[in-house]
Amino acid sequence: MRALLARLGLNGRTLVIAVPMVWLLVFFLIPFLVVLKISVAEPLIARPPYSPLFVDGAIKATFSNYAYLWQDALYINAYLSSIKIAFFATVLALLIGYPMAYYIARSAEPKRSLLLLLIVLPFWTSFLLRVYAWIGILKTKGILNLILMKIGVISEPLIIMQTDIAVYIGIVYTYLPFMILPLYANLVKLDDSLLEASTDLGARPVTTFIKITLPLSLPGIIAGSMLVFIPAIGEFVIPALLGGPDTLMIGKILWSEFFSNRDWPVASAVAIAMLVLLVIPIMLLRMAEGKQGAAT
Amino acid sequence: MSQQLTACERRPWIEAVETPFIRIKNITKSFGDFAAVDDVSLDIYKGELFCLLGGSGCGKSTLLRMLAGFETPTSGHIEIDGQDMAGVSANLRPTNMMFQSYALFPHMSVEHNIAYGLLREGISKPEAMARVGDMLALVKLGDFAARKPHQLSGGQQQRVALARSLVKRPKLLLLDEPLGALDKKLREETQFELIQIQESLGVTFIVVTHDQEEAMTLSTRIGVMDAGKIVQIGEPPQIYEAPDTKFVADFIGSVNMFEGKVDVAVADTLRIKTSDAGVDLVVDTHQNVDAHQKVWIAVRPERIVISRDKPKADNVVKGMVEEVAYLGNLSIYRVRLGTGKVLKVTKSNRLHDGAAIKWDEDVYLSWSAAAGVVLTK
Repeated sequence: MRALLARLGLNGRTLVIAVPMVWLLVFFLIPFLVVLKISVAEPLIARPPYSPLFVDGAIKATFSNYAYLWQDALYINAYLSSIKIAFFATVLALLIGYPMAYYIARSAEPKRSLLLLLIVLPFWTSFLLRVYAWIGILKTKGILNLILMKIGVISEPLIIMQTDIAVYIGIVYTYLPFMILPLYANLVKLDDSLLEASTDLGARPVTTFIKITLPLSLPGIIAGSMLVFIPAIGEFVIPALLGGPDTLMIGKILWSEFFSNRDWPVASAVAIAMLVLLVIPIMLLRMAEGKQGAAT
Repeated sequence: MSQQLTACERRPWIEAVETPFIRIKNITKSFGDFAAVDDVSLDIYKGELFCLLGGSGCGKSTLLRMLAGFETPTSGHIEIDGQDMAGVSANLRPTNMMFQSYALFPHMSVEHNIAYGLLREGISKPEAMARVGDMLALVKLGDFAARKPHQLSGGQQQRVALARSLVKRPKLLLLDEPLGALDKKLREETQFELIQIQESLGVTFIVVTHDQEEAMTLSTRIGVMDAGKIVQIGEPPQIYEAPDTKFVADFIGSVNMFEGKVDVAVADTLRIKTSDAGVDLVVDTHQNVDAHQKVWIAVRPERIVISRDKPKADNVVKGMVEEVAYLGNLSIYRVRLGTGKVLKVTKSNRLHDGAAIKWDEDVYLSWSAAAGVVLTK
C-alpha cells in the first residue's frame, strides 16, 4: 500500500491535505466554473435556459451580462444597499458584541463556560425557524408591540416588520455569535498584568481601555467583523422574510433573477460580481492576520 | 542625619531618629477563611531597599499588591510619606510597580512604553520624551528606543520595565521578583546595577523575592515571611548570623540543626545534651534559657572544620565522609556521624592544601562555642 502511494508521489502528509483539496475542487471550484460559464452565455428559451459555451469547436462567450449589471441602476443600487446594510449591521453587532465578549472573558470559570454555552445555544435551533420567530415578535400584533402597549410606552403599534429595521435586527441577532466568539477568544488571552501596569502608571479605566485593551483586541475585532460582514452582504433569507419590498439586497435580486425572470446568465453574473465583492474584504482580513502573525 | 548618606549608611532602623517613610500597621488580607497576609506591621525608611523574602504562597506578593493598590486590605492601614492610602485608587498612588512578567505593552515601542506613565500625568510630549531619553540612558538602552518589546532580549525587557516604573519618579518602587526571569550570570550583574540605580535616584524600593541570595545581595534589610506573617526583620548579616527561629535559619542558606536539652549554663556558655551529636555540645548565647529547656543549635556548614587529625576545639565529633561535591572554589562534604546524623560541611579550596579528603575517610568535625546559634522556637 505504502509502496503504491510512493509510486504515485503521495505520502501521508499530502494525502491528508488531498482530502480537503478534492472536496474544495468538487464542491467549490467546479460549481464556481459552471456559474462562471453560465454568466458569459446568452439567455435562451430552452432547457437549460442559456446558450452553450462551445459551438462548433469555438468558444462563444459574451460579457453583455456584466455590462447589463453596470447599465441597470437596480444592480448597482442593490450592491451598495447590501454593503450599507452589512456595514451598519456589523457596527451594531460590534457595539453589542464587544461588551458581551469582554464580560464573558473577564468572568470566572464556571460562569464563563455557562455564558459561552448561552451564546452558541441558538445554533441548536434551525436558522430559518429563528427568523420566523422574529416575525412573531416584530409584527404589528406581535409580542413586542403588545408588551410596549401594555406598559404604556406606546399607544399605536410600531411598524417594524417589512422595514430595514427588521432586517438589521435579524442580521445582528443571527450573526452576533460570530462577532462574540472571535472577540472572546482574543480578549480571554489579554494579560491582566498589562491592565494593572496601565493603572499603576496612572491611567484611568477609560484610558486603559482605549490605549491598551482596544488596540490589543484589534485582531479579534477584524475577525469578528469579517465573519459578520461577509455573510451579511449576501444574506437572502433575512431580507426576504423580515424586509419589505423596499429592502434592496443583492441576495434577493439574485433569487428573483433565477426563479422569477429565469435569466440564468444575468443571475450568474450577479453571483460572480458578488463573489468578487466579497473576496476583497476576505483578502483584507488575510492580510491583517498575516501582519499579526508576523508581529508575534 | 545627613541627606548625603544612603539608607544603608544611616541605618535609621537602629535608633528611631527618623520618621518611617512607609508604615504598614496590622495589615490583614483574607481570601475567604484563608489569611494570605496575617496582621503584618512594618516600618520602612526613606531610601531603603527592603526585601520581602519567603517561599511561594507566604503572602509577600499580596502585601506588595496591597501597597500598589491592586488589593484592598481586609483590615489595617498603609501610610506612605504620611498619607493614608485607604481609598486612594491604584492609579493615584505615589507608587510604581515593576511586574514579574514585566507587563510591557506589546503594541508600543520601548520609548512609548516608558512615556506612557508621563503622558497620563499630563506632561507635555517634548518634556516626556526628554525624560524618556534620560531614563533610556540610565538603563543603557539608548539605541533601542524604537524597538518593540518582542524584539528585545529578556535582560533588555527587564531594563525597559525598570525604566518605565522609575520614570515617574515614584516615592516608592515595588519590584515583584525583578530578576526572576534572568539567567544566573545576568542576574548577578543586574543585581549590582539595580543597587547603583536605586542609590543614585534615592527612591525607596521594596523587592519581593524567593531567592535568599538575591535578598542578601540587594537589601538594606530583609523581612522574612512565612504563612502570612513576618517572622524576622533584620540586616542581611543579622538574618544569617543570628536567626530568631528554626524556620529562618533553615530558609536562609543551609544549616546543620541539633535538637537537645539545656544541661548546665556557665555564664553565657551552655552545655547542651543532644542525642544527635553523640557528645554534649557547647555553645555561646545571650538568650535566657532554663535548665532542661528544649533547644536547637544551628551551625552553618562553613563554620565547621573538617580534618583527619583530632583537633583541640570546643566541639569535636567523629564521622565518615559519605559524599564529596567539588565546586571549584569550595568543596561540600556530607559526613555521617556515629549517631547516624548527617552533617554538611563546606571547605574552601586553597592552593597549599595537602591531599584532599575523599569518600569513606574517617574525619573529625570541629567548631567553636561561638559558631553555633541557640534557637528556642
